[in-house]
Order: sequence, then C-alpha cells, then structure tokens
Amino acid sequence: MSLPGGTEAMVTQRGFWRDLRSMLLFSGKRLLALFLTVLVGVYLTIYIANMGGQVDELRMVQIRSDVAEAVRADPAFMDMPAAERNALIEERVQLDVERLRLDQPFILRSFDYLRQAITLNLGRAEQMHSDAGSRQVYDIIVERLPATLLLFGTANLLVFITSVMIALALSRRYGSMVDRSVIALAPSSAAPAWFYGIFLILIFAFLVPVLPAGGMVQVPPPEGSLAYAGSVLRHMLLPVVAMYLSSIFISIYSWRTFFLIHSSEDYVEMARVKGLPDNLIQRRYILRPTLSPIITNFALMLIGLWSGAIILEQVFNWPGLGTLLFEAIGHRDTPVIIGSVVIFAYLLAITVFLLDILYAVLDPRVRMESIK
Amino acid sequence: MKRWLQGLAQVRRYPSAIAGMALILALVVLSIYTVFAIPYSQALDLWRGGETWRMHPVNARPAWADRLTGGDLPRTQVISSDGAEVEDNPFEGGMQRRLTLSFDYNQAAFPSELNLFLSARFEDREPYVRMLWRTPDGREIPLGGRRVGGTERVSISQDWGLERRLGHVPHVGLLARPGNDHGDARPEVLAGRYELVLDAVFFGEDASLDADLVVYGRVHGIAGTDHRRRDLMVALMWGTPIALAFGLLAAVGTTVTTLVIAAVGVWYRGWVDAVIQRLTEVNIILPLLPILVMVGTLYSTSIWVMLGVVIALGIFSAGIKTYRAMLLPIREAPYVEAAKAYGASNARIILRYMIPRILPVLIPTFVTLIPTFVFLEASLALLGLGDPVLPTWGKVMNDAQAQSALYHGFYYWVLAPAALLMVTGLGFAMLGFALDRIFNPRLRSM
Repeated sequence: MSLPGGTEAMVTQRGFWRDLRSMLLFSGKRLLALFLTVLVGVYLTIYIANMGGQVDELRMVQIRSDVAEAVRADPAFMDMPAAERNALIEERVQLDVERLRLDQPFILRSFDYLRQAITLNLGRAEQMHSDAGSRQVYDIIVERLPATLLLFGTANLLVFITSVMIALALSRRYGSMVDRSVIALAPSSAAPAWFYGIFLILIFAFLVPVLPAGGMVQVPPPEGSLAYAGSVLRHMLLPVVAMYLSSIFISIYSWRTFFLIHSSEDYVEMARVKGLPDNLIQRRYILRPTLSPIITNFALMLIGLWSGAIILEQVFNWPGLGTLLFEAIGHRDTPVIIGSVVIFAYLLAITVFLLDILYAVLDPRVRMESIK
Repeated sequence: MKRWLQGLAQVRRYPSAIAGMALILALVVLSIYTVFAIPYSQALDLWRGGETWRMHPVNARPAWADRLTGGDLPRTQVISSDGAEVEDNPFEGGMQRRLTLSFDYNQAAFPSELNLFLSARFEDREPYVRMLWRTPDGREIPLGGRRVGGTERVSISQDWGLERRLGHVPHVGLLARPGNDHGDARPEVLAGRYELVLDAVFFGEDASLDADLVVYGRVHGIAGTDHRRRDLMVALMWGTPIALAFGLLAAVGTTVTTLVIAAVGVWYRGWVDAVIQRLTEVNIILPLLPILVMVGTLYSTSIWVMLGVVIALGIFSAGIKTYRAMLLPIREAPYVEAAKAYGASNARIILRYMIPRILPVLIPTFVTLIPTFVFLEASLALLGLGDPVLPTWGKVMNDAQAQSALYHGFYYWVLAPAALLMVTGLGFAMLGFALDRIFNPRLRSM
C-alpha cells in the first residue's frame, strides 16, 4: 500500500510544523529557566562579593581614613581649627558615601546592583582602570578579554582537535604499543597546567634561556605588526605547551574510551559484518550518533575558557581576565568582580542555551520530550 | 561485599594500581611519622619562624643535592664557648676573661654568613667585649668592641666598616687568602684553623659570658632552608598530612553529599527533585575558583574555611546530573519495589538500596578527585591565599615564587614541594585509573 504523493508531502509538512512548534516551545522554556538561573547566580555573587553588606563597613573605614589623610596633608587646611577641619572631613566623607550610595541599606542596593548587572550596565570601577584609562568596568573587562581568548582558545582548540583525532585513530587499534603508552601517561594529567608551567619556565627560561618567562609581549613592544605578532607568539608558546601537556593525555584517554564503547555497539558490528568500508563506518556509524556528546564537550571547553585561568595567568603573568579578577579581588573592587562574574554567567548561560537547541536539532527525542 | 573483595583482588593484576598504592602508602607513612615526630603545635611554632632558626643559614640548598653533583659546599658550623679555651685575669673590682673560639675551615667555598651570638650575665654593669679575628697565617683583624647587655647578635657579615677595610663582604674577606685585594681576582679560601678571640672585661663578682660563633654554610639537611632560615623539611613533612587530609575530606565531602542528594531527588521526585535540579544549575554558573579567591581575600584564608567552601560549592555540583541518570533506572528496579512492599522506610531505601548500587562507579571518580583538591589547595596557596599559620607545599612554592627562587637559582625550593605534589597526584591518579577499569566492566571488556 502506498500513499499518494500529495499526502506524503502533507505529512512531511505537518511533521515540519509540529517540529518547529515543539522547538519553539522547548527554546522558550529553556530560555526562561536559564534566565532565572542567571538571576539567582548573579545575585548570590553580589551577595558574596559584598560579604552580605560587611564590605560596606570596611569601605566606610577606608573612605574615612583616606579623606582624613588627604585633608591633613593639604597645606591649604593647615591652620584651620580642629573642629572646622573635622567638619570638613565629615562633609567630604558624606560626599563619598553618597557617591557610592553607602547610606542606603545593603538589601536595597543589592537589588539595584542586580538590575544593573542583568542589563549589563556594569558601572564604574572603584579603584581600577583600564590601560587606556577608562574607569568603566565594561571597558576594563573588554580590554582583557582578547588576551585570555587568544591564549586559552589556541590551547583548548589544539587539545580538542588533536585529542579527538588521535583518539579515533587509537580506538581502531586498541591494545597497541601507542595505545598502551597513552593509557599509562593519562595519570600525568592529575597536575594542573600551572604546575607544568613552573617546570617549563624553569627549563626554557632559566636553565636554557630561549623563551621569555612571562608576559604577553616584550618590553618595549616591537614596531610593526609582524614583529609584534612574533613576540606574542613567543610569549604564548610556554603557557600553551603547559596547558597542552596537562590535558592532552587525559583527553585522548577519555575520547578513546568513549569511541571504543560506541564502536562495540551492535549496529556498528552489523555494519562491519556487512563489509562497509572503515571510513564510512567511522563517519556514519560512530561519529554521527556520538555527535551530541562531542559537541557538549566542545561547548564545555568553550566555557572552560572563561574560568579557571587565574593561576596559569598569574604564573605566566599573562594580562587576561584571570589576572584582572585576581587584582580586582585584591583591591576589593566589587563592581569589577561582579562584572566579571556576570559576564561569565551570561556566557555560560548562552553556551548552555545554544547547546540545548543543538541537542534538540540533533536528537529528536529531546524536543519530543518537551511536548509531553 | 563479595563484589568489592573481588574488585580488590583484581587490583593486583594492574601494575599501575600497585605502584599508585605504594606511593599513597609511602605518603601515609610519612604523614603518620610527621604527626608524631613534630607535634602540631610545635610545627606551627617552627613555621612561624624567628629566633628558633637563628643558627640556620639563609637559602641553603639540600646537602645531598650538592654532594651528588660532586660539590663540596660548607655546612653550618657552630662554635660554642662551652668547650673553648678560657684565660682569666682578675683585677681589682672585676675580671678580664679571654675566650678563644677556634674552628677548622677547609672547604673551597666561602660560608654564606658570619654571626656571633653573645649572652652575658652580670650584676649591675654590662661587661665589655673586644673581638679579634686570627687567621691561619697569623694575621690579626680587630672586629671592634661592644657592651653586652643580655643576649645580643653581632652580625659580622653586616659590618660595613669591616667590609670597607677588607675589600670584600666580611664572611669572604675574613677567610680569604691575602694578596690581591684589588677585587679583580676572585678571592680564594685560605684553609686552616681560624680563631675568634673574645676579650671580655667583667665588672663585679658574679658575671659570665657565653658566645656562639656561627659560620653559616651553603648547604643544609635534606631539604635546604628558605629566606627566613626555616628548614624546609618542616613544611615538606607537615605538608603531607595536610594535603592528604584536605584532599580526602574535600573528596568525601563533595562526592558523598552529592550522591545522597541526587538519590533523595530521584526517590522523592516532584518538587524536591525540581529544587535540587535548579540549585544545581545555579551552582554550575558560579565559578568555583573566583569564589574561593573572593572568600580567601574577604573572609579568611584558613584552610578549614576553604575546605568548607569547597564542599559547600561541591554539594550541588554537575555530578548530580550524572548520578541522577544512573539512579533513575535503579528506582524502578524490582528489588526496590520489593523493599517498598515489605515496608522499608524512605531513608533505608535511599541509603541501603539505591546508593550502594552505584558506589562502585563512584570509587574511581572519588580516588581521582583527591589529587584535584590537593592541587586546589596548592593553587590557592600559590595565589597567596594559603593558610596563614600552617606549613603546606603550596605555601613553600608561594614563598619561592615571591622570592624569585628560579631566577636566583634556588631550584630545590620549587622542585621539592612540586615533586611531592606530583607524587601525590600520580599515586592517586594511577590507582584511580586502574580502579576505573576494574569497577566499570564496560571498559575492561575491550
């Protein structure tokens, strides 16, 4: 029994509309949930960064001592009577308190901070400024972003691509010498990248001084964009190698195991029995069904770009977001801290959202579930 | 239980697991020894530094490393007045005493510093001491004189006048072969017997003087010393139990709570599960390390506070999602239904029926998680957020970095704690990877 051509088209069309509707419904739900998550996460950060309002007291003390110091050191007020001078100090403190709005209760301000943070109106830094001189938190963060992206993007992409490729190759000839040695080397990833970084600095910057020990570009920066790029590349080499060393073996190991498990599925065996060529099996029977976990991993790697960079950047003196966050915390510059975390939360939420959509596109079961 | 014993029996078939266990065992033995050899309070006192370490050299490298590379760097010599020659000349209303502190110096390298510690006992007038340095070839170099009121340190190495007279830093100039004082040739050590003659004048009956001449070496002990003269051995040894305790507690704290919460969510379903899921999602958005750094700078850098925060943030970690996926089918398993039928309580079902089923899968994760936390502690210390009083490996590395140890060539200062960290990481990771293959049969069948 066969359906007339028109009916078949209608069925596919109806299927398409149904899919689209479920997709939209699904995305809407996820978007709302993620937004709420970001809201709560950012609020918690604001709360912690202000120690639940306790930071305000520290700041008040700081303001008072700064103002008192400034007034006492100013020769213009030298011969002012003490009472008058105290009044002046009091007045200036009041001005600063109002400028930072410390006179309002913290709870009120925290919700105000939240609204501003969510609308990406990150405000002005209290102490820090960007290299260009701007006090806007947004400018400060944006200035540091490229350095972090460059370093971690390069390293993670290298690790991701090489490990997936090597793992695919290894999973075909498991048990070989290479395979065994990779498994044996996997525990070396217990140490984080900065740990390898220290050794690399020791070897290549001090014992055999061929590469710079830290920084992003030589001082003074070389003229000409080609020379500049070359200098950045030289400075990047050690941190990238450190990150590569610390994650390549574990990465190969886990991908290899993953591919091995999937290549022992019945449908792959069936394809082998049918005598399909290896390349086809790999592409259509192993890679296609495992696409969503691979993409998840890739996205998680992207998320990893934003966090966990503090120490490696510190060790290599790399002027990125991690160093910025550390400096901000040292200065107790809450707007900068909150700003970085807000941007982090947003990026994370966007990544998760894109992942969800991708899942729904790749895997029909996911989008059908949302209708049920 | 039987399954566990079988699993453990299989460990023997993996050489890497045996090696890992040997490393862990060595660390545990070292920790136990440390805790008994240097009690906690004593370790804290020692690490606080100060006068305890005055007889130790600054930045001395480990003795064995030097001997291994064929070096002959000097060790520290302490010449005490207890066994020294004493010559008394009493006079009206007092006494003159001559103490001669003598020592042999045969090394090719100069000492790193010279200090004299004097402590006097007197009735009402402080005794006066004149110091004279006598070299093996008979030259006499006056080192000046001073009143000694109680316990004093005479920093011979920091005597600027003496340095100008000798043309070299005192601890070089006093032991150098005479001749070309122009500074263009490298000074050489004049080997032989040196003497420090102390002429003390006491006023009154009951007075005495104790002196300790310290010729600081360039090597010290197994681990060397740091910039504050502290023996690094204290920190390396005490770092072991602290690292193990931190790693173990953090791993237990995070995995067990996560597992229990995941099981609770799966068992009760409904709003409990929903709340747990949402909390997990919020928690994933909070970056762990920045928050730890924040807590460290704003609240406290105590290692136990950090541990608490790590556990608190680890409770609703991404692991919940994984465990949930594993627990969902178990919830529907017939044996759970049977338990429900005979009236087992909710807690009993969760703790005795559901969790034990996925424990084997958890063990390898748990073991490999331990070094992660050990390194986390080191990372925090490296950022200057180490515990203020406890000696840990990370703090040693932080000190080394702050003092530019690599730049100055004090490699031992970085390498020793790093090696210990690496051993810990490798030990647990090797065992964990082997356990992974044992407890997850799906990996083993390949």
